[in-house]
Amino acid sequence: MRALTEHLPNHLLVAPVLLPLATAALMLLLGEGRRGLKAMFNVLSTALGLAIAVYLLLSVAQRGAPAAFGVYLPGNWPVPFGIVLVADRLSALMAVLTGCVGLAALLFALARWQHAGVYFHVLFQLQLMGLYGAFLTADLFNLFVFFEVLLAASYGLLLHGGGGERVRAGLHYIAINLVASLLFLIGVAVLYGVTGTLNMADIAQKLPAVPASDRGLLHAGAAILAIAFLAKAGLWPLNFWLPQAYAAASAPAAAVFAILTKVGVYAVLRLWTLCFPADAGASAGFGGGVLVWGGIVTLAFGACGMLASQQLARLAGYSVIASSGTLVATIGFAAPALSGGALFYLASSTLAGCAMFLLVELLERARQVEVGPQQIDDGHHALPAFLDAEPPAGTNLDDNEEALTGRAIPAALVFLGVSFTVCAMVTAGLPPLSGFVAKLAMLSALLDLQAPAAWALFGLLILSGLCAAIALMRVGMRHFWTTQDRPSPRLRVIETLPIAALLAAAVTLVLQGDAMLTYARATAKSLQAPGLYIDAVMGARPRPRDAGSRP
Amino acid sequence: MEIVISIAIGVMASAGVWLVLRPRTFQVLIGLALLSYAVNLFIFSVGSLFVAREPIARPGVAADLVNYTDPLPQSLVLTAIVIGFATTALFLVVLLALRGLSGGDHVDGQEEHP
Repeated sequence: MRALTEHLPNHLLVAPVLLPLATAALMLLLGEGRRGLKAMFNVLSTALGLAIAVYLLLSVAQRGAPAAFGVYLPGNWPVPFGIVLVADRLSALMAVLTGCVGLAALLFALARWQHAGVYFHVLFQLQLMGLYGAFLTADLFNLFVFFEVLLAASYGLLLHGGGGERVRAGLHYIAINLVASLLFLIGVAVLYGVTGTLNMADIAQKLPAVPASDRGLLHAGAAILAIAFLAKAGLWPLNFWLPQAYAAASAPAAAVFAILTKVGVYAVLRLWTLCFPADAGASAGFGGGVLVWGGIVTLAFGACGMLASQQLARLAGYSVIASSGTLVATIGFAAPALSGGALFYLASSTLAGCAMFLLVELLERARQVEVGPQQIDDGHHALPAFLDAEPPAGTNLDDNEEALTGRAIPAALVFLGVSFTVCAMVTAGLPPLSGFVAKLAMLSALLDLQAPAAWALFGLLILSGLCAAIALMRVGMRHFWTTQDRPSPRLRVIETLPIAALLAAAVTLVLQGDAMLTYARATAKSLQAPGLYIDAVMGARPRPRDAGSRP
Repeated sequence: MEIVISIAIGVMASAGVWLVLRPRTFQVLIGLALLSYAVNLFIFSVGSLFVAREPIARPGVAADLVNYTDPLPQSLVLTAIVIGFATTALFLVVLLALRGLSGGDHVDGQEEHP
């Protein structure tokens, strides 16, 4: 028992992967019915996963700057041979974001969407497992496996609810991601052929010693691998599938997808800073220009798309593209101060993106009260028959005609209006919310860089904020101002709760802005010094096999 | 042997790319399958190509690449085959669903209008 409590903190590193897997397996055993029980398991497991992620984050943040790594060897094999899980500041941050987004989407789904298909809860847990695994693993092929787990689950979640529009978008999404996965495999195989290892730290360690004759092959492999990641991150011109797929997905699925693009960004950030730092000799900063300019073009594309889109869901999709463009561009500069701001932006934009996708459905529902119920996603067969169909809207709404100067604003509309405004302010980067703090940190870091690309990004960040503000304001006016006597939409508490919580988290980011920025900057600093990561991973030793201490 | 393997990979990859770019869903499916075969062969070949060498160590023979072929690419291929097979099967289901919903086999769910 003492051994268990002693080793438990160490074993907690693998818990975010095992917990959803076990929950998914358990729910499969439960069969098709018993939605209440499944929902309870799902909520418990997701909340526990979030708690573990927060614990990992706190334990990593507590340690001193140089040694903030938790390394875990799942098979107890010596390091370059077995799979390694690593929780550093970046992984822990991403894991916490995963937990937040997952819990919010799940709570939202409890109201209606869990009834729209059979295996929603199972797919949801597998999605979380893939996400946690991808963020925690330190092995290239294991990363591929977790990518496939999260993609396979996301195929199912995208199709959740059915309907022609979803199947059509899903077909494109699956085809694109299958091709990207094949590119991923080619890149991994080339890197293995050149370096003879799959451990990320070991690859990074061996790269400077690669002979000049193999250098071209190495670069080709790294570039192919990067294409796979960037297609998932939604970099222009690999992102034309994204707005359509995200707009077609059901609201909770789209909310989880808000973090899927960040997985691609994370993989690029992790591998690029690890393999091609400034002191990597002939490969130093390989492909940095592509990242910077690709990110800038993506940001411009996302901003134009936001202005051009008529559907709110597509607008949210383009805002996801704009945020991943910003992130990819800032990665390419390899400047710690800039990356620090970018990581803060990553947290803020993920939370806001998730809240936005959830809000989209509520706003569309508010509109449907007026225009009739069959309008969601061009709807041929779109709206699934919910088991607990709500009473038809508009039945009890005409009873408070008042003779005063105006009508009382219904609480649901107030909630929608306030949360939409907060969400729009975070997305567009208006003061005083977290988007503004993040953009300010990035802009002030860009001023110090003094490069043409830095000026381009500087201007574009401000301009894209303006575009986002215009686009979102237009939507807000259409939904809240131009319709005087629209009946109030019916919202449930369980639907409003996750949105309020996500936005509260975004506000907390500002209130705790100092601590968060310090954390983000420490993360960026440790990312720019890959030697620390390599030493931490390569220095991990398997546990000796004496009978007493093995839990 | 390298030449034969390279030609095989090249032919399958090029046929796969051509088919993936076609507008019919079934052609895309076959293209993806061909591409995944090409990639699997490619992974297999990054280890080392030898005839009649095992990846499993035997007692009494020194465990190095002179006596054995590299076992790791083979296990990677195995994983990649399983994953590729499962995702291709899923794609097939979605293909059939789209066919049922749209009544055609165009990847966009409707024919292009010239």
